[in-house]
Amino acid sequence: MTTSSENPILITAARLLAPFIQVFALYVIFHGHYSPGGGFQGGAMLAASVLLLRLSLGTKTAQLNFKRVWGTPLGSIGAMIFAGTGLLTLFFGGRFLEYHFLPIPDLSRGELHSTGILFVEIGVGLAVMATLVAIYDDIVEGTSED
Amino acid sequence: MKKISLIILSLFGGLLLYASSSLPNRGDPTAPAHRDRSMVGSQGAAAYYIQHAERDAATPNMVTVVLADYRSFDTLGETMVVFTAGLVCYLILRRSP
Repeated sequence: MTTSSENPILITAARLLAPFIQVFALYVIFHGHYSPGGGFQGGAMLAASVLLLRLSLGTKTAQLNFKRVWGTPLGSIGAMIFAGTGLLTLFFGGRFLEYHFLPIPDLSRGELHSTGILFVEIGVGLAVMATLVAIYDDIVEGTSED
Repeated sequence: MKKISLIILSLFGGLLLYASSSLPNRGDPTAPAHRDRSMVGSQGAAAYYIQHAERDAATPNMVTVVLADYRSFDTLGETMVVFTAGLVCYLILRRSP
């Protein structure tokens, strides 16, 4: 599972598909305000593109795309972005996750809420993506390292 | 034993089908879940979200507003659940960092 299949059709198809999946995943995350989608869905698609490269190129080559050691730290950064947004509003006089207390000047109350939702979606997307990749890496870690 | 459980299961399925026949139609504005006021007179949640979501958060997608604004604490919990699953896999399965 960790070695490359060395099948040119598989490798070429996966390398062609992965960037488009990633772009569409970013679209799903950032367009979640206007269309179906959001952090969870976009994060799962980002993880799918990374895992596609992991499965087709082999774990060793795919390290160039997303290193194994990044998984768990990036996941915690995503969770911290979410909790940090809540704590930021707490420090600036609001309640936890009360977005219109975010310290961004020249924005109306509704726009501040919109920005807060964007921060939260980015945090969720990062946490879901990194955690799914990290779980896959943990599971395949022991299999036939060469 | 297998026959008894089959009978119980089919009875229960029949009960569920019978109950679903008297559910309100999808999108029915007079359904109890969509009432402006609940039976005891408090503000109904679904009607409030539908009326206020776009103005409160300047976001047209009301599902996103409910998920990440009105119910953001719940979403924080979901993210923490996913992250905890990842951490537990890390602690149990990984040998080298």
